[in-house]
Amino acid sequence: MSTRTGNATHAAAALALLAGTVVIAVLLMQRISQPRIDASVSQLREQRLAEVLPPGEWDKALPGDTIHQLTDDAPTPIFRYWRDGVAAAAIMQVIAPDGYNGDIVLLIGVDAEGVVSGVRVLSHRETPGLGDDIELRRSDWITDFDTLSLEAMPRDDWALTSRGGAFDAFTGATITPRAVVRAVYRALVWFDEHSTTVFSLPRERP
Amino acid sequence: MTDIDTHALIVDGLWRRNPALVQLLGLCPLLAVSTSVVDAAALGLATLLTLLVANLAVSLLRKHISEAVRLPLQILVIAGTVTLLELLLAAWLPRLHESLGIFLPLIVTNCLILARTEAFARHHTPDRATIDALATGAGFALALLALGAVREIVGQGTVFAGLDKLTGHTEALPGISLFAAEHGLVLAILPPGAFILLGLMLALLKPGR
Repeated sequence: MSTRTGNATHAAAALALLAGTVVIAVLLMQRISQPRIDASVSQLREQRLAEVLPPGEWDKALPGDTIHQLTDDAPTPIFRYWRDGVAAAAIMQVIAPDGYNGDIVLLIGVDAEGVVSGVRVLSHRETPGLGDDIELRRSDWITDFDTLSLEAMPRDDWALTSRGGAFDAFTGATITPRAVVRAVYRALVWFDEHSTTVFSLPRERP
Repeated sequence: MTDIDTHALIVDGLWRRNPALVQLLGLCPLLAVSTSVVDAAALGLATLLTLLVANLAVSLLRKHISEAVRLPLQILVIAGTVTLLELLLAAWLPRLHESLGIFLPLIVTNCLILARTEAFARHHTPDRATIDALATGAGFALALLALGAVREIVGQGTVFAGLDKLTGHTEALPGISLFAAEHGLVLAILPPGAFILLGLMLALLKPGR
């Protein structure tokens, strides 16, 4: 009986000791890597923001003024940009929830009139080789949105060509591009209704 | 004697008892991540590295591992190793980290690793455990790589597309293009294609055993 208790104590001690070691190792590694992880996340975002922002000089450097959750259905966050004190552009971060494999996070740049200056994918989990043609590094499909607006294109054209719309599907993948087209359209409709509010919110002091 | 052992361990891991092609262990990552050579190589290497650390740690601790708590101890070692690896990749190769997604943390549940620590490392010296981990891990990685190469070529007409994810280049490396992507067989990229191609590979290799 006493040896069994001894064994159990030994086993528990070994388990506790190993658990402690593993936790310490993980915490140390997290301390070392977290600054780099944060840096690479914000670097990627700023690079993408720069790609969808209309060209030219802006009053405030990237990422710009940030608004979180303006209304329940609002894109979040929204980055705002001024030129010579005049509101001139916004970048909306939106989620396309109806992709083939989870959320597709998009950045949509628009000028004050709601004309698209660029769309980029921030992150996605679509099938490599099929759905990842939404990435600029794989295909220039995503640039089809450039210079479009609700005014310039009727509602029915915001769909894939197979449904009589203006956007091509990819070989073997229709769900992914459809999700992106829908998300961009939704964001533009939202912006059309709320652009005044977006730009009238008090501006952060630089 | 030692030499024969080493030789047998290597042949077992790579070929005779190849974890993926003979024992059919770790099929979930094998089928899910083998859509391209680069992703397959990355997950193969990550699995090999995890197996190496886990086998070595379990072997070193083998005298202190009592029968009753051996499973929690081994899982703890494996989970800890994978967590460290995940943090490293997220910090230094973020694009690769994103591309592997959930399959990186899921290495914890790859039965191949627990199978080796439980059946082998727990009863053998660290040098044997190291050789076993290298051979078995390489066997798994090579099977993953072979399936990844076939699927990428048949599906997209390329090899090594997206190599920048492994090297940390910022510009995209398109890889070697063999034919236009639209002539590719899309099925090869899709999950059913993975099952069919693995089945064909197993059938082709069968006579060689």
